[in-house]
Formats: sequence, C-alpha cells, structure tokens
Amino acid sequence: MPALFAQLVIGLVNGAFYALLSLGLAIIFGLLNVINFAHGALYMLGGFVTWGLLHYAGIGYWPALVIAPLVVGLVGVVLERALLQRLYRLDPLYNLLLTFGLALMLQGLFQMHFGSSGEPYDMPRALQRSADLGFMQLPLYRAWVLAASLAVCLVTWFVTERTQLGAYLRAATENPGLVQAFGVNVPRMVTVTYGLGVALAGFAGVLAAPIYSVSPGMGASVIIVVFAVVVIGGMGSIMGSIVTGFALGLIEGLTKVVYPAASSTVVFALMALVLLVRPAGLFGKAP
Amino acid sequence: MVNLAKRIAGPSMAVMVCAAALAACKKEAPSPAGAAAGSAAPPAAGGKVTVGVLNDMSGLYADVGGKGSLEAARMAVEDFGGSVAGMPIEVVSADHQNKPDVGASVAREWFDTGGVDVIVDVPTSSVAIAVSEATRDKNKVFLASGPGTSDLTGAACSPNTIHWTYDTWALANATGREIVKNGGDTWFFVTANYTFGITLERDVTKVIEANGGKVLGDAKHPIGNPDFSSLLLQAQSSKAKVVGLANAGGDTINAIKQAAEFGIVAKGQQLAGLLVFITDIKALGLATAQGLILSEAFYWDRDDQTRAWSKKFAARRDGRMPTMSQAGVYSAVLHFLKAVAELKSAKDGKAVVARMKAIPTDDPLFGKGTIDPNGRKRHPMYVYQVKSPAESKGEWDFYKLVRAVPADQAFRAPADSGCALAGK
Repeated sequence: MPALFAQLVIGLVNGAFYALLSLGLAIIFGLLNVINFAHGALYMLGGFVTWGLLHYAGIGYWPALVIAPLVVGLVGVVLERALLQRLYRLDPLYNLLLTFGLALMLQGLFQMHFGSSGEPYDMPRALQRSADLGFMQLPLYRAWVLAASLAVCLVTWFVTERTQLGAYLRAATENPGLVQAFGVNVPRMVTVTYGLGVALAGFAGVLAAPIYSVSPGMGASVIIVVFAVVVIGGMGSIMGSIVTGFALGLIEGLTKVVYPAASSTVVFALMALVLLVRPAGLFGKAP
Repeated sequence: MVNLAKRIAGPSMAVMVCAAALAACKKEAPSPAGAAAGSAAPPAAGGKVTVGVLNDMSGLYADVGGKGSLEAARMAVEDFGGSVAGMPIEVVSADHQNKPDVGASVAREWFDTGGVDVIVDVPTSSVAIAVSEATRDKNKVFLASGPGTSDLTGAACSPNTIHWTYDTWALANATGREIVKNGGDTWFFVTANYTFGITLERDVTKVIEANGGKVLGDAKHPIGNPDFSSLLLQAQSSKAKVVGLANAGGDTINAIKQAAEFGIVAKGQQLAGLLVFITDIKALGLATAQGLILSEAFYWDRDDQTRAWSKKFAARRDGRMPTMSQAGVYSAVLHFLKAVAELKSAKDGKAVVARMKAIPTDDPLFGKGTIDPNGRKRHPMYVYQVKSPAESKGEWDFYKLVRAVPADQAFRAPADSGCALAGK
C-alpha cells in the first residue's frame, strides 16, 4: 500500500514541526508556568529572520540555522526580562493574555510591512532533489527536517533529563524557593529557559522557511494544533511533547489515507478524548 | 510559591480558555477596521455617493485585493473629480475575513445605516454570493471584482450585480483550453473546498471533456491550507498529465511551492495554476514559478496606458503593482460614477446597473467593453506564461503573452449562463 507509507512519512515530517514547537512550549510551561501564546509568532519571526538574513545580508540557509534561533532567543530574553517577569506573581492567565497580545501585535506588524502572501525562500541547493523511495518521492529537504528536528529534540531531552543544568532546571520547577536558597540564580535560569524555549520555535521557523512561504500568518495556522499536542502530551512533559508531536503527525497522515476530510480535526477529537480520560495528558503527572 | 496541584489541574482548562480566546479573537480582531469604517460613515443623505470596498484585508487574499483595492477605488474617485452630479463621493472599507456571514452583515449595515450606495471587490466567492443577495434585497449596486464563481452571472445572477474582472468560466476557457490543446488531456484537481474552487473545477472539467480530455480525480482542501504534501502525493500517484490547482492566493502559492519540492514538474507532470495573480508570482519568485501558464484580465505591462496607471498605483502602494482585481475595482468604480452622473442619483440600484449596462465601458485599463444582460462585464482575457529569471528585466517583469482571447470569446455567452436575466 504505497499511498499509506507515503502519507505516514509525510505525517512524520509534519510531526517534526509539532514536536519542535510543543517541546519549546513544554519547557517554558514547566519552569515558568506560562502558557506561551507568542510561540507561533516567534516561530514566524524565525522564518522572517532567515529570510531577512538572506535578503539584506546575503547570509544563506546553513548559517541561518544557528543565527535565527539565537536572534529569536534574544528577543525572547528581552520579552521575558521586560514584560513576562512582571506578571509571575499573578494568575497564569495574565501572562497568557500578555503573550497572546504580543502574538497579535507581532503578526500585525509583519502583515503591515510584508503583506499576507509572504516572501519566497529558496531551498538550500544541496537538498533540492528528491529521493525515490519506491513508494514515493521524498524530497531530501523533508528528510532533513525530520532528521534535524529529531536530533534537536533528543539533545534537548538529554540536557534537561541527564545533565547538571537540567537537574537544576527540574528542581527549580518543583520548588524555586529552595533551589534559590542553594545559591542558584533562579530568575536568570528562568530567563534563559524562556530564551531557549522560543529559540526552538525560531529553529522550527528556519526549517519551515523553504517549505512554506515565510508569511506573517504561518504561526497562527500551526499554533492551535501545537497547543492540542501539548494538551494531549501533558503540559510541561518534555518527552511527552516530543512523542506526542511525532505521533500526532503520524495519526494525521493515517487519517488522510482513511478519511481525508477528518484529517484537520482528528487532533482535536483526540484532545477531547484525552481530556475526558486523562485530564493531565498522556505523559503528565496526575494532580 | 507555586501550587503544584493548581499547576497541573489548571493548564488543561487554561488551554481550553486560550483556544476559545484565540477563536474569538480571530473572529473579532480584524473587525475594528470594518466596524469603524461601517459606522464612521454618516447616515444616508441624498447629497452624497458612498462607495464601500469590502474584501479580505488581513488574510490569504489580502494581497490580491485588500488595501490595494481601496487605493484603486480612491484613485477612480480622484480621477473622476471627487464629486458626481454635484454630490461629493466618499470611499469606506471593511474586512469580510472571508466569511459569508461577516460579509453579508457588513453589507446590510452599510446599506441600512452607512449610506453606502455601491459595494465593490468582495473576493471569496462564497462571501460574494451572500453580498449579492443582500444587495438585491436593498436595491443597491454590487460590483464584483475579486470573486471568481461564474454563478454570479449564472444561477445566482442579480439585476443589482455586475461581475467585473474575471470568472471561473473565463479562466477555464483561457488557461484550461490552452493546456488541453497542447496535449494536457488527463487532469487531477487540487481544489479549495468552497464555492470558488468547486465552480472552477466544474467549469474547467467541462472544457477538458469538451476537448476530448479526462479528469482522473481530485483532492479538496480547506481555504487557508498550509500543507499540500498529502494532496500532491495523491496527484502524483494519479499519473494525470496535468495537476490543476483550483484555488487562489496563499493556497496557490503554497501548493506551487510544495509541488516543486515533490518534483511534480520534474517528474513530467504539468502544473496548471487556474487562478494566479501577479502578487502570487511575486511571492513565489520566478525560479519556482517560471513556465507556468496562467490567465489574467489585466497586466500592468500590457500597454502605455496600463503602465502609466500602474506606476501611479505602485507609487501609492510601496511599489507594489496592481493585481487584476485591483485594476477591476478602479475600472468598475469609474463606470459606476459615469452612470450615476447620467442619472444624477445613486439611490435606485437597479436603475444604476441598467444604466451601466446601457452605456459602453471605456477606461485606460481594460479598454472598450460592454456589459451583458446577465451582469457579465466583457473584455479580452490574456493567456500568459511566466518568464524565467533570465528573461525578466525588472522587479515586476513577470509575463510574456501567449495568446489574447478577444472579448466576444473570453466570457460565457449570456444564453448559456442559466441566468433568468439573459433571456434566450
């Protein structure tokens, strides 16, 4: 059944974007308790930085893979320091509204300046071909997206779960006051974590640039699905968001073969189901 | 200190709240512009003519019409002298967000309390049909430049509506016929799943079958779809010679881009963009778009007059050249004002439209033309091919002419339209 395999492979590639984006959300939520609605807009920013690097400075795709996430991460650090930080004491809803407002503003500004059709970004030359897998033509670029995203997800998981830094991070998630008492600069860690989380979104933006046009609406169209992924995986669970991201991509692909009309809603049906059965998400800790 | 229980239990609810908030905001966010524009207009007064530009100001069709159409309407008013039969002319605008209910309610509000006499543009066929209904109910005028569905002058025709720039029949007849004649006789459609995509697929299918070709299948997607990979895989496995894109704006851009990625053209299938605007080519870049066959009713670089007007337009739009929809808005508003000048009133919509049909059209952008009894504006259509990067000599130098379809052949004969106004 070649069509099935082809759709599953494509599903996996889409899942790579879900995983990268939901991973960043999960990290931010885990430590900051902030539901970062600006995530989609920062993903879009990553795309535009990539485009801008080429357009204004002649810097190509490969350097952009490093530079764009750094830029987006820095923007995140500034946002956290200047705005988010002031609202930690209040109900998390305030930061949700703040980041939501930021998302709308960012999107609106880019729309005003660039229009809604977006800007083209060429695929890196080395990856322009497609490979014949027998059952499908797999564009090399999509294979690269899959590999790059998997690698970044695993590294992120390793850092948070298996290193000293990750241990501080997890400890601060559990009890920030106590960790601070041990001499760890928790506010700085929080800032860096937010920067890191949104840098992941920026990285996804670079990966997306050659596939989709770089357009102001690119974040808004994906962010709802990503939030559904996070809810299904369990808010704040690192591994949960990675696994769920890829799994939901696969499920979407499968739905496209079985009943295409349902492919855009299957994620939300699953979300409703998971919320009914396991409100904390598949990988989340029960209260 | 953070309360763990609250942290775990809260989020799922919070996310639901966010989702609800986002949905609400998506609906509400753009409307301040619309609401403000709608209510800002003073109440209907006899001594004024108000033109309402209603289109997608922020979504995937915003570059096709959007603020550019508003600018084009303003230019028409200025070129007409700013007043008609002693009445000042005002231009207002609103965003219909590609939603029929939003479009229809703005139209009704404009007619009832905004003093609007004519609505122009309205891309997104489903919205256009709703606005056409509202316009007929209130006996005003609707000049459709942006929408595609040929039903506006067919089954859903109205004595208050003129369909100005292009339609799905004309696209099928120009692009579709050109490709079938050149050997593209088996097709697979990638279709936007709403009025426009469906009527476009229907009209092109008729042309294909009439010319001995065959449609092997289709795959439908919602409007504003970011990922076409699975639809393109279906198109690829159908083995059709031609993959027809029955969609528009941002959807067409993404589909063409991703088709390049999957090697659709490299593997021997031909891509047919059935509705492609110049802004889409700009977004795609010539490297990706080169060789594409498409049809337009207007291209800025066609003759001295279109160049002169387009440069004026671009100067007011950060250098962006006009699309055919935007050019159509200019042309339609100008002709509307001519009819109003003769009647000395814009209040009776049917009378204005009848007058518009009676006098021949003539403007620098579309040349001389006529309007059929079913409300179909008639002018030539042009089949173009997109230039290669080497052939292009400027930022907006995109097309070379393949064939001009003369006005009498470019659009459906009124007798075949199924419109009651057309007679036999």
